[in-house]
Amino acid sequence: MTQLSESAGGTSTRTVRASFLANENVRAVLFQLLVGGAVLGLVWYLVDNTMTNLEQQSIATGFGFLDRSASFAISESAIPYSPADNYFRAFLVGLFNTLYVAAIGIVLATLLGTVIGVARLSSNWLVARLASVYVEVVRNIPLLLQLFFWYAFITGVLPHPRQADNPLPGVFLSNRGLSVPVPEPHPAWTAMLIAVAVAVVAVMVLSSWAKRRQAKTGQPFPTLSVGLGVLIGLPLVVYGAFGAPTALDMPELRGFNFRGGARLTPEFTALILGLVIYTAGFIAEIVRSGIIAVSKGQSEAGLSLGLSRGQVLRLILLPQALRIIIPPTTGQYLNLTKNSSLAVAIGYPDLVSVLNTTLNQTGQAIEAVAMMMAVYLTISLSIALFMNWYNARIALVER
Amino acid sequence: MTAETRDDPRPSPDFAARVAGSLAWVRNNLFNTWYNALFTLIIAWFFLNVLPPLFDWMVTNSVWQTDDPRVCRDAAGACWAFIHEKYRFILFGTYPYDEQWRPLLMVMITIALLAASCDKRTWRFIVPMWVAGLTVSGVLLWGGVFGLTYVENLRWGGLPITLLLSVVGLAVAFPIAVLLALGRRSDLPVVRAICICYIEMIRGVPLITLLFMSSVMLPLFLPTGVTIDKLLRAQIAMIMFAAAYLAEVIRGGLQSLPRGQYEAADSLGLGYWRKMRLIILPQALAVVIPPIVNTFIAFFKDTSLVLIIGIFDIMTATKSALTDPHWRGFFREAYLFTGVIYFCFCFFMSKYSQWLEKEFSKGRRH
Repeated sequence: MTQLSESAGGTSTRTVRASFLANENVRAVLFQLLVGGAVLGLVWYLVDNTMTNLEQQSIATGFGFLDRSASFAISESAIPYSPADNYFRAFLVGLFNTLYVAAIGIVLATLLGTVIGVARLSSNWLVARLASVYVEVVRNIPLLLQLFFWYAFITGVLPHPRQADNPLPGVFLSNRGLSVPVPEPHPAWTAMLIAVAVAVVAVMVLSSWAKRRQAKTGQPFPTLSVGLGVLIGLPLVVYGAFGAPTALDMPELRGFNFRGGARLTPEFTALILGLVIYTAGFIAEIVRSGIIAVSKGQSEAGLSLGLSRGQVLRLILLPQALRIIIPPTTGQYLNLTKNSSLAVAIGYPDLVSVLNTTLNQTGQAIEAVAMMMAVYLTISLSIALFMNWYNARIALVER
Repeated sequence: MTAETRDDPRPSPDFAARVAGSLAWVRNNLFNTWYNALFTLIIAWFFLNVLPPLFDWMVTNSVWQTDDPRVCRDAAGACWAFIHEKYRFILFGTYPYDEQWRPLLMVMITIALLAASCDKRTWRFIVPMWVAGLTVSGVLLWGGVFGLTYVENLRWGGLPITLLLSVVGLAVAFPIAVLLALGRRSDLPVVRAICICYIEMIRGVPLITLLFMSSVMLPLFLPTGVTIDKLLRAQIAMIMFAAAYLAEVIRGGLQSLPRGQYEAADSLGLGYWRKMRLIILPQALAVVIPPIVNTFIAFFKDTSLVLIIGIFDIMTATKSALTDPHWRGFFREAYLFTGVIYFCFCFFMSKYSQWLEKEFSKGRRH
């Protein structure tokens, strides 16, 4: 009762006074000025402190140090690098290594995650149980611990190169990593890459033509089988035309390590193993929930329209399931990319690891951390932009 | 079923029915198609090959108690003696050995509070409950009062650090996250821009970069002469990180409320803060409790990253235990031990969050 009369009194006095603070717009502007001012003030204060501190410790600011010689070795790199190169080149090596790990990790995690997600829905009790045990174990143990385990396993349990496991001819598994044979350089490989690119473009043109023709005449075109034929056939034809080279560069034991072939270092192998096994657990859950989210009535409706089972899967179920699966999966891809920064803990030279060394050698903390953040922010924001575009494209058009 | 059936040599009809039932179950769940039969056989073969050696390693050939690492190295099985030797170090780090009942009590209090927080009836006084719990924990760990000797936080380690980083991190991050979420949904462009920038920036970078920032850049940000403790610096980074992720979870709750709730509050003549405090937030926060538990699980696992800036949590303690030259190479036992600890915390929390979600959806349907 008292509250009511109080508030009534409050309103009446407010209307009488009509203070300019009562105006909602004025208050909004004032509040924003206050918040904005406080944030700017805080930033100014921090920057000012930093400048004073840097001056006192006589640390030069700026990115001039990137020109100086890095003089530290990097164990593996996609581009030519030597300790005589400058810090910027070292940064590029780290960047490429991060992108390389992320790309391979994403592909493998998607494959493994899909298999396990489908397995969780299997009608075979044993398969479903096994898959759910996998998911529970992998998701409830920190990735860092898993990485340490795999790294210790590879370096501590696998045999010395001299007693390397040799499961397939030319494949050696030892505590120095995994060595596999690779094809010897030949112009055919470049030509095949070009052929794949040409085939992709051709299939894209073909499918848009087939769609237009179906819209106009109603005649379907077997895009899938013809497309697959072109994608596989064209590179094969090119391979044959170049004389089908079969020479392999085999790894061989020389001294204490393997030469030739391609070698996956223990650090790289452990990082990929850890990232893929961990992320696959999360992707599996996404795939599973995407599949059960599409109601059974959808496939029954498709079948009653006279579509074949393959068509129901391709035209009815997958588009709806993917709409649910893809957005959270991109989130997982982003997580995998960010998690690849744990490489620093097991000594794989990724971006964070290289910049950390740079930081320790030069003392340019602000610049190094800023570079780390800038790279990851760029990756995150580009994926976010892509996701916005994709979501807008697939958004349900409701009647 | 009566007791006499046991004396009867012939299987009772009940028993026969049960056998038939389980046979039918096996047929329907393990051998319903040819490929499922194949999978079942492959998995059975795999189990037959993997489980017996695993059991031998873990139990039959393992060494449970010895002071001599050589005994372990000669044995073909697991060296649980290593865990026996090191578990106090892994759990409590370099905390003075005779005083380790204090971190143990702190861990038990925290676990008890976590368990108590699972019960809806405690939610009304959850804030005073945790404030009291954390105060007692602080007194226990630091000491210096009530006749407890003072232990500086450089000597803290192991599980208490992991729990402290995650619980304090989440507790402090929560109010910040509420403000960030409200700010992001605000009509005021400046406030919204600031909140979006903060949230997206933190979420866009790996936690490691934030930890690096707090360990190498934070000292530069402060006025000359002012230093903050290493552990506190890590805690600040964890809070900044958790706030951004929680804010997004809470924003989801704010978005899930029907617009009618906002309009009803407006039409009652409530101002912004009273509208949020009395109408919107209570409903929005209730919706997001299960995802908040999930965020806490992820956060709990992520505290292990403080290893990289040299904070002595349970992960770092495990790694250091392995560097003892006498006991080198027992990484499987060590990581299994620590992994099981992490697993227990995360598994129960995730089961709880799933149960809660079901409870909530049950309530909403009526």
